[in-house]
Amino acid sequence: MAAIFDALRSQLERLATVMSVAHGVLVVEIPPSALAETVQALKLNFGFDMLLDVTAIDWPQREQRFDVVWHFYSTQHRVRVRVRTQVGESDPVVDSLTRQYGSAAFLERECHEMYGIRFNGNSDLRPILLYEGFVGYPLRKDYPKLGEQPLVKYREGFDLADRTGER
Amino acid sequence: MNSGRAPIPITPAGGSKSAAFEYLTTKKDELCGWARKFSLFPYPFVTACCAMEFMSVSSTPYDTDRFGAALPRFSPRQSDLLMVVGTVTHKQAPILVKVYEQMCEPKWVMAFGVCATSGGFYQNYAAVAGIDRIIPVDVYIPGCPPRPETVIDGIMQLQDKIAREKHAILTKDF
Repeated sequence: MAAIFDALRSQLERLATVMSVAHGVLVVEIPPSALAETVQALKLNFGFDMLLDVTAIDWPQREQRFDVVWHFYSTQHRVRVRVRTQVGESDPVVDSLTRQYGSAAFLERECHEMYGIRFNGNSDLRPILLYEGFVGYPLRKDYPKLGEQPLVKYREGFDLADRTGER
Repeated sequence: MNSGRAPIPITPAGGSKSAAFEYLTTKKDELCGWARKFSLFPYPFVTACCAMEFMSVSSTPYDTDRFGAALPRFSPRQSDLLMVVGTVTHKQAPILVKVYEQMCEPKWVMAFGVCATSGGFYQNYAAVAGIDRIIPVDVYIPGCPPRPETVIDGIMQLQDKIAREKHAILTKDF
């Protein structure tokens, strides 16, 4: 494992801002602009042929509010790599990986509806778990905990207010 | 087998009276209630893990057939008990309402488990905090998931409720 990580480190040194190993996973932090090149290197040079997950982390206090996180797995070397980048709230855009990995399409759709990250190059960012007409991004930290948006009108005696009051 | 007693004559021998029942008197609501409470046809609206307990309670060891409530009808038009088994999300809610509205009167609704009853521990943007917010509920069964005994108790309470109800033959809609 160490050998492949060393090889990765020397290859990605140019692109990454920080590299570390956490829980047996090599963590590569990159600026958003370096994503395409990093992924290309991982896929072509090191056989990272599986995209496991695309997700985001919301840090409300930080200036660059969101971490976008990709997990890759190499079936050849049997190691995982986590690629992380930071984007701001005003323009949360990163490149889509749909051209490199087909599985990115659905993962990016989910990440988009939950965090509002836009993926440049993914033409289908419709909601996948949420419904049409849902306003806001529920996994952002500033989304109200009980911010429900019912599709069916509540029966008499049941107000939205009695739950939204707990906001 | 024959202990010597004369069999009860079904057909009167010559007169017009026999020992067999010719009529009995009861109240219409009691009769309808008695008939309806023992012929519950459940529609299982199963969305989550409570389904395992639903299967358990309908199978042999617990045997809801004893209560006339064993045969699930997978068409809402043929069923009169809507068993909502599991979490109902806001995305699912319009489907639940549509199923409920397709059922013919008389109909009853059972909230099976804590998620259907109150949303349970799902207090967030996704889950409906109790199906009684969108459709009327007759019996709530607590538990996560409820034990089969709890479900049977719920069915029996619903039967009592049905027996006590007014069963209008003619309503304003009919």
